[in-house]
Amino acid sequence: MTREVYINETNCITPLGFDVDSNIEAILRGDSGIQLHQDISLMQNPFYASVIADEKINTAFEKISTDTKYSRLEKMMILALEPMIKKSGVELNSKTAFILSTTKGNVTALKNDSEESFQNAHLDVLAQNIANFFGFQTTPIVVSNACVSGILAVSVAKRMIQSELYETIFVVAGDEVSEFVLSGFNAFQAMSDLPCKPYSKNRTGVSLGEATAAVLVSAEARNAKIKVIGDSSINDANHISGPSRTGEGLFRSIQNAMKEAQINSDQIDYISAHGTATPFNDEMEAIALNRLDLQNVPINSLKGFYGHTLGASGLLETVIAIESANQNTLFESKGFDEIGVSEKINVIQKNEEASIEIFLKTASGFGGCNTAVVFEKVKH
Amino acid sequence: MTQNKTRIQSYITIQNNEIVLDGTSVFKIEPTNFADFSKQAYRNFDIQYPKFFKMDALSKLAFLGAELLLSPITSSEQENNIALVFANKSSSLDTDVKYQESISDKENYYPSPAVFVYTLPNICLGEISIRHQLKSENSFFIFDVFNTEFMSNYSNILLNSDKADVVLCGWVEFFNDDYKAFLCTISKEENTKYTNENINTLYKNSSWKH
Repeated sequence: MTREVYINETNCITPLGFDVDSNIEAILRGDSGIQLHQDISLMQNPFYASVIADEKINTAFEKISTDTKYSRLEKMMILALEPMIKKSGVELNSKTAFILSTTKGNVTALKNDSEESFQNAHLDVLAQNIANFFGFQTTPIVVSNACVSGILAVSVAKRMIQSELYETIFVVAGDEVSEFVLSGFNAFQAMSDLPCKPYSKNRTGVSLGEATAAVLVSAEARNAKIKVIGDSSINDANHISGPSRTGEGLFRSIQNAMKEAQINSDQIDYISAHGTATPFNDEMEAIALNRLDLQNVPINSLKGFYGHTLGASGLLETVIAIESANQNTLFESKGFDEIGVSEKINVIQKNEEASIEIFLKTASGFGGCNTAVVFEKVKH
Repeated sequence: MTQNKTRIQSYITIQNNEIVLDGTSVFKIEPTNFADFSKQAYRNFDIQYPKFFKMDALSKLAFLGAELLLSPITSSEQENNIALVFANKSSSLDTDVKYQESISDKENYYPSPAVFVYTLPNICLGEISIRHQLKSENSFFIFDVFNTEFMSNYSNILLNSDKADVVLCGWVEFFNDDYKAFLCTISKEENTKYTNENINTLYKNSSWKH
């Protein structure tokens, strides 16, 4: 029989807080990390983004290490993993894997024209730096699959636990707001001139954000926070920089994940969707969900709280969705006003109590990639 | 999970101005740069796909390898459940560096969406998926060196959990005109060609010759 797979620990480092509890409190209050920034080292014009103050990162990091060699992103990743590794008591031996997922990693290192800095821009170097901090014995596995990276990493971890290659897997995901990414989204004219408004009629694009998130994945049911019951990552095979008009890849990813989970559409209580607030992405999601008869399931995008945190988003949003399920509370889809997609979806407008037994997490990204993972609440 | 035996069906290496398919050299030219090499290879195999010329070097490298392995086994009339499991060391850094140059000088600032989109390693998976209409599993991994054990294990997981019928798996590394591709197709089908070989031995042998 195939092993069952669980998430036992979670953590996140975001502008709304440096642990899960403070993030949930902020979400319940309706706080958003997205603010107007004027920083010409990042962008010529003022821009909305969800950014963590450097002092906050440094102050928190100094409490766990005096080492100054780590980059800003590395500190954020270490901060996400550290309390989790400590609390879990898991031995970092040959049966413990480490997966790091990111879209751009230390890309800011490219601004500095030195060989050392160039080496630091390599994702395997980033992963090894983090692995060495904690003393992982196994070779770090880096997943870099655009904006599905964070949730794809959960899927990869699940598959590796199922196949009994490892007993425990620590997964971290992280990305920063950088000049590199801001200029790129701006060149695509994908940036919103106001805080992003996923699924809304007046949405004009993304607000970027930065965060790290971490989870512990294992076959251990005891004290588990959630069970991972199905997953799939299917490419659109349509366009490298735009989603499929029919939502084909997302449709198939969700369909496959539900099939593996042996559930029907009517058993899903909540969808934590991607919702970047670009016109095409949100429209594509609405079409895919309708094709699966999921249009009445309560859905949110957390981008209104955190901005689009790229490779971190899938894992960060999973961490928040797990709390949503365990607290039986649907969180508002911040920034939403009037429905702005052509097919009906049930966007959560205010925080409300609801029984959440099974939820779906989705993400989509450049390169035509999509990932869907189905989670089920654990009955203790 | 049922652990059925999986077998390598075919493999290809692209390096040093040469393409070797299943151990046989199928294209080799005098030393030149990758742009020229890839263009000549495209013409040599009579590939009709103008989008090729818009791709960055990493995508061209991955595309050429996939073209020779997948064209004989895919058709536009049927579903091709062929997963793509790729890895490299330098991610998309070759294009990242070019993109960074386009934004470094404020007097000469020209960020281009056509370049930015290639600052993701998985774009090459998208290009291959579009070309061969693969609505299938795809993931891009980064390792210091080709982790044949992980890649082989992960491919087997996809095959044994029926998430894919065939896996196109391999290493596609490109930085600053240094390139190497090693790709192979793996499935549960019987095959007498490679009975004792695995990704590791084929990769090591292909590297040894150079």
